[in-house]
Amino acid sequence: MKNKTLIWIVALAGFIAGGYGLWDRLANGHVNAAYGSYVPWGLWVAEYTYFIGLSAGAFLLSTLVYVFNVRRLEKVGKLALLVALVTLFAAMFLIFLDLGHPERAWKLMFSTNFSSIMGWMIWLYTAYFILLLVEFWFALRGDLAEWSTRSALARFLTFGRRDTSAVALAADRRTLRTLGSIGVPLAIAFHGGVGALFGVLGSRPYWNSGLTPIVFLVGALLSGGALLTFVTALFDPNRGTEEHRDLVLFLGKIVLGLLAFDVLLEWADYSISYYASIPAHVDALRLVLFGPYWWVFWVVHLGLGVIIPAYLLIVGRRSLRNVAAAGFLIAVTFIAVRLNILIPALVTPELEGLEQAFSGPGLTFAYFPSLTEWLLGLWAASLAVLVFLAGLRWLPILTQPKEVA
Amino acid sequence: MAEEPNTQPSVSRKGFLKILGVGGAALAINRFAPVSKARAKPSVGSPALSTVPGVGPNSDVLIRMQDELLRALEKQPSERRWVMVIDLRKCIGCSACTIACVAENKLPPGVVYRPVMDQEIGTYPNVTRKFLPRPCMQCDIPPCVPVCPVNATYKNEEGVVVIDYDQCIGCRYCITACPYSARTFDFGELYTDGTAEVEGLIVGQKTADQYERAANFEYQEERERIGHNASPIGNVRKCHFCLHRLAEGMLPACTTTCVGRATFFGDANDPNSLVADLIASPNVMRLKEELGTEPRVYYLV
Repeated sequence: MKNKTLIWIVALAGFIAGGYGLWDRLANGHVNAAYGSYVPWGLWVAEYTYFIGLSAGAFLLSTLVYVFNVRRLEKVGKLALLVALVTLFAAMFLIFLDLGHPERAWKLMFSTNFSSIMGWMIWLYTAYFILLLVEFWFALRGDLAEWSTRSALARFLTFGRRDTSAVALAADRRTLRTLGSIGVPLAIAFHGGVGALFGVLGSRPYWNSGLTPIVFLVGALLSGGALLTFVTALFDPNRGTEEHRDLVLFLGKIVLGLLAFDVLLEWADYSISYYASIPAHVDALRLVLFGPYWWVFWVVHLGLGVIIPAYLLIVGRRSLRNVAAAGFLIAVTFIAVRLNILIPALVTPELEGLEQAFSGPGLTFAYFPSLTEWLLGLWAASLAVLVFLAGLRWLPILTQPKEVA
Repeated sequence: MAEEPNTQPSVSRKGFLKILGVGGAALAINRFAPVSKARAKPSVGSPALSTVPGVGPNSDVLIRMQDELLRALEKQPSERRWVMVIDLRKCIGCSACTIACVAENKLPPGVVYRPVMDQEIGTYPNVTRKFLPRPCMQCDIPPCVPVCPVNATYKNEEGVVVIDYDQCIGCRYCITACPYSARTFDFGELYTDGTAEVEGLIVGQKTADQYERAANFEYQEERERIGHNASPIGNVRKCHFCLHRLAEGMLPACTTTCVGRATFFGDANDPNSLVADLIASPNVMRLKEELGTEPRVYYLV
């Protein structure tokens, strides 16, 4: 398992180096962050939308197995749930530490303002988190019971329910189907909600569109699907078999379809705004395309995240390696899409001359993440990878699924 | 100087000047004020105070507005309609209001409630400049209020958009929702950070630091700046029309400090008030009217 060892090492290195960012945030608050009062959200919020998108996407794909009974994807089910869980952790950590007063986060639950989309989010996330944990347990229960004889952890995690009869497994399967069915609208609600959180703001014409929640959802499916394709290609125990190759190539086709749809939405969004050229709308868009960080769009997103993966998925669609590489590229470069949604709307001044009117830390419209932000961002990502690897190692994720009538 | 506010029904000219005074006197008086949440409750108000000495047809607008302020404070809070009017033709761009606001509310680096924007028109050397002070618009339909996930910001009964510093979790959603960039975040910075640590009674970081860390009195609450995490550090902050000064019968700091008498403040629900007259002028405008936020800050152009 050379690949796995390498990922362990990289994730551990990221976790340790990123620990400095975590320490700085905890010890010094927000002083060393580059975001400020005019650009109030930065890398951490972008990364939060990125991870929460991966989670929603991976979860929705898991429902293809547990709700819609797509047999070909059977083996992806548990892996998808694990990915959904660890990316949710990373997202929640980042958004928690982004708060000015994280110690008051409980107020989100106990004095919720339901006219705020963010107020809704905390309830949707909590419901999703519980649902995900329960569903994950039901998906694993049969295997945990089988592992009970050799793993104390597995024995503990069965919580005493070690029945592996066909009847018990069929009951698990029915529960999974119910939970997944609840999960579909829930995942659409919470990730559409993240999009709506931005979309409802009349103050930011770049976000203020009915398309925004849809763009978020399609982006979630695309990035989550791409990540799942890569992870399946790399970690599935059947690697080398024809069955595994079929599975990955099938996932590649789904990802290609989602990529095409995502590009279509992006084109619709960009071209309409650009043609109309109403300054408030198009200013942020011009920054995306021709601003100081033009390469984030043209090179990272369009080049590495669309054109090369599309080429790999179309021309190289028969090669498992190509499909896996395409999945990796789309999943990783999707942070560029999230950054290009978040930052341009904020770095476009709302009033002309404001930046020159009064100066001070945070009173600027220029934004590039500080070292602390990069490191804490790296830490959260590494944490997600480490929890994922630990899950693979100590939980029966990669076992053969039982055939259930 | 630091005597309790006069509760006698009459007020001498000297006493009135004391009320009008800024800075130390205001802080000293406030120290004894009852702590009330985010509203301009008059602690000096009484019927006999309804006339300010020197008020008359030819008095300075500040005297007139002061007089009208005392009149407004006699009403129920919900019957007042605080508005601000800024005459852009009179604004000379001196930024005295910005600085008065910083001093009054002891704003740390990076927090500003009322910047003055400066626009150069024409091509050098044939240029002219215009200025636009930007307090919080105290919108009647404030986009910042519904987005707050924990109800930490709201319009109080007098129509001023206030922030409950103990409730705010610092998510900064309201900053993104405000179309006027009128909200800033308190990162916990200090002006004395990185300055020389000279020992002395009036110099050096430690001495200056004491002043910076001493309490301010926004919303009539005493809040010292301690550590990295004590509110208002980690909170969003904004202009509140100097509610704590209004409560003591004083006009907002920006209004009293304006050297060109370009900033007006008062109760638009009083048909005889100066601001009620001014906002009925044909040359009145509000910022980003098209967004439907219904600002309570009017500009004369």
